[in-house]
Amino acid sequence: MRKIWDIPGGVHPAENKSQSNQRPIADIALPKEIVLPLNQHIGAEAIPCVNVGDHVLKGQRIAEAQGFVSAPIHASSSGEVIAIEDRAIPHPSGLSATSIVIALDGKDEWCELQTCEDYSEIKKHDLIQLIRNAGIAGMGGAGFPTSVKLSPRADHVIHTLILNGTECEPYITSDDVFMRESAEDIIAGALLLAQVLGNPETILIGIEDNKPEAIASMQKAAEGSRVEVVSFPTKYPSGGEKQLIQILTGEEVPSGKIPAELGIVLQNIATAAAAYRAIRFGEPLIKRITTVVGESLDVQQNINVLIGTPIAHVLAEHGFQVAQSARLIIGGPMMGHAMEHSDIPVIKTTNCILAPSHAEMPEQPQAQPCIRCGMCAEACPASLLPQQLFWFSQSEDVDKLHSHNLFDCIECGACSFVCPSNIPLVQYYRASKGMIRQHDSEKLKSDRSRERFEFRRERLDKAEAEKEAKRAARKKAAEAAKKKLAEKAAAGEEAPAPVAPKAKAKVIDPATQLKKIERAVSSAQSRVERATTQLNTAKEENEASRVESLEARLKQAELNLSDAKTKLAQHDSTAPVGDPAPAGTPDATSTAASVIKEKIAMSPRDKQEKTIATIKKRIATAEQKYAEAKESGSVTADALQNGIEKLKAKLTTAESELATLPSSETATAQSQPDATVSAADAAIAKAQAKAAELASMSDEEKAKAQIESLKSRLAKAKTRLEKAEAENNENVEAFRTGMEKLEQKLQEKLQEVNS
Amino acid sequence: MITLLLEYPFLSALLALGSLAAVFGAVLGFAAIKFKVEGDPLVAQIDELLPQTQCGQCGHPGCKPYAQAIAKGEPINKCPPGGHATINALASLLDVEAPPLDEEHGEESEVKTVAYIIEEDCIGCTKCIQACPIDAILGAAKQMHTVIVDECTGCDLCLDPCPVDCIEMIPLDHGVSGWKWDLPNPVQLIATDRKEPNPIQTENQDAENAA
Repeated sequence: MRKIWDIPGGVHPAENKSQSNQRPIADIALPKEIVLPLNQHIGAEAIPCVNVGDHVLKGQRIAEAQGFVSAPIHASSSGEVIAIEDRAIPHPSGLSATSIVIALDGKDEWCELQTCEDYSEIKKHDLIQLIRNAGIAGMGGAGFPTSVKLSPRADHVIHTLILNGTECEPYITSDDVFMRESAEDIIAGALLLAQVLGNPETILIGIEDNKPEAIASMQKAAEGSRVEVVSFPTKYPSGGEKQLIQILTGEEVPSGKIPAELGIVLQNIATAAAAYRAIRFGEPLIKRITTVVGESLDVQQNINVLIGTPIAHVLAEHGFQVAQSARLIIGGPMMGHAMEHSDIPVIKTTNCILAPSHAEMPEQPQAQPCIRCGMCAEACPASLLPQQLFWFSQSEDVDKLHSHNLFDCIECGACSFVCPSNIPLVQYYRASKGMIRQHDSEKLKSDRSRERFEFRRERLDKAEAEKEAKRAARKKAAEAAKKKLAEKAAAGEEAPAPVAPKAKAKVIDPATQLKKIERAVSSAQSRVERATTQLNTAKEENEASRVESLEARLKQAELNLSDAKTKLAQHDSTAPVGDPAPAGTPDATSTAASVIKEKIAMSPRDKQEKTIATIKKRIATAEQKYAEAKESGSVTADALQNGIEKLKAKLTTAESELATLPSSETATAQSQPDATVSAADAAIAKAQAKAAELASMSDEEKAKAQIESLKSRLAKAKTRLEKAEAENNENVEAFRTGMEKLEQKLQEKLQEVNS
Repeated sequence: MITLLLEYPFLSALLALGSLAAVFGAVLGFAAIKFKVEGDPLVAQIDELLPQTQCGQCGHPGCKPYAQAIAKGEPINKCPPGGHATINALASLLDVEAPPLDEEHGEESEVKTVAYIIEEDCIGCTKCIQACPIDAILGAAKQMHTVIVDECTGCDLCLDPCPVDCIEMIPLDHGVSGWKWDLPNPVQLIATDRKEPNPIQTENQDAENAA
């Protein structure tokens, strides 16, 4: 006889097991359709691998496991997939979740199964994979994927495998009758799991002593094997994982640790049998034993039910009387949860459907104040202080709840059961656990948001710094260019200077030039005079030979004289004209330089405005010319008209550019001072102003303000749409729908206000 | 020297205390430099308590700037997304009275929302991407954008910049995994907590009134 330990606390509620464990396991008629939620286990939900309209066979995989902690789903019977949609699931929230709905054809036709007579040679890893592929999840109630539990970390050497046949909760007898009828499968399952876990020294099956038939049957089946069947005194909740380990081994699983860290793995007996059938016969988990019990039923028994069978169908098969039913509970009376309606399926973890009558389970009387009697602390199997937890839960004191080990609570409900004030203590702990989990997940999210926000800031700062550097470089370049230009302009003033001296020479020259010419004229005249005197003397002396040459010389001299004289005359006439011209040249260069300077100094907007002005001017002159040409009937009229049109087109483009400029300009202007969050800042400022306005307003005013803002947004959208239409923008449709949406919103708001 | 000190014990005491002061001063000075705390630890603590929606409803461009402002003495009731829980936490951290939420900055909302881009209407203008304070919108120019739901804080800063009004705030649906039990109705502590009037008292009052 093995030594048995005791657990602290515990309670002895009325067992109520005899209603259902007197009959053998029954089968019920096939339902018309089955509903298979994608998440019947703890972990990630499975992903459907069939489509609506597919014909599926019994045992065919219809949804794949996703991730490590997950399990696939198999069709429980043959038929057609008619929907993959949200259906109500047996969850305390009463929420819906994605489910595969199969309309059964009634043939219950199996798909081909891979059997294996001798699995002793199959490798551990492959066995785990086979168990995983069979979709086996803990059938005791929690639904933890079995394959995960069978893959402990390498440093956790498993020395004890425990199968849990305790079934401590009142009313539930599914494990009891299953052990009576399928003891061989369970023992085979125990040996299989032992093989997977590397043959631990001890294999135990723990059964409470209120199930003598089950113990006898199991002991008979276990004879000659390494499996030891252990019975121990009945007490609720000895079926809890940590509690059963303590009862059978005396070891306590530390807070926050898992049994594998102590070298212990615990599985439900039905899970072990299912694993065996999955390996030996290739049967996936498509059915389970469920206790159907309660006084509002005509028949109370255990049934072998297909997973996915609607509970309404199960109840109908058992003569359910709605009028008598107090409520519908999925699971036991201690840890189960009430459901509003029976339009939910049986899932892998549904071990009991409890439909009590009013007399059997009267309404819980109203909770009274806590009298600090301390009975809850005595009943707690986890040695917690339920009373303290209750206070901290009420005040939502997260730190205190943590320090009082709220998360060691197994939610067994023993404290609520013993409470003389009928305080629903477990509900407080459940709510607090949910609150803390939510709090933690929010904390996680806010930490991530902070990180992302800071990273974004950093990135924007960096980009801004880069931009700033580029801007500085550009500015430097522009300054250098400006300087160069200025130099050039200065040089231009100097450059015309070499011209200017020339021009000045010309300007100053007229006097010297005149003198020069006059000098030339006078010298030519004197030469002519000399030549004539010489000629005259030669003639007087009759030197014929000299006369000719002298005559020629005289002629030359006269020619020179006339030349000089014309030059003098020319100079007189050009001098007044030439005077302003040299003065004008440097002027022109300097104005050009100043124009360029001005242009550089101008903002793009001013530039654009200036171009527009010049274009307008040009248009005006062109129009004038055109009118003149038309009047005179010139051929150039047409060409002029063309030119005017072109100019006008230019004008419009320039104007539209001008229109776009301010926005881009303001954008850059904003990005300049504090570009880190430019767009966000603008939005924040707006939102803030809005909120401030809203705060000081009554509801009516608020509505009015909202209508006003909607109207302004609508107007904005309209102008945007018009612009888009004018530009033939490809997004015209999107703009239009946006506007329509706004209109609709406005209408709705108006109606709201009117009503 | 020693004889002088022995003669004037007052001097020796002065010398001893003076040298002690010098030694401790040196140690403290060294520690102040060696173990200098970077940044303001109070700002980090405050920032830790803020909800990090980065929504700017407080008038600061993000939660950290608001934390810095609080450290400098700004009121702690300007954070609508955090609501009363945040105000209470800040109040207990700073050891001040918890004021009610300043409604000027918005109202506390029970339902958590996230931005949702109606994808067929999105024209790919990237305006919302620029507005998002935590880079939770994915997309490129002329490509459809989408919101990363897990990252969205529901600050609604992307709503206004959208030129085609294709962004909506929808309540966040956690489904079954995000569901949690609600706290049961509180237990009545004493008889006077009852809403209905005490029958004996009302009778007495009636009698008094009649008299």
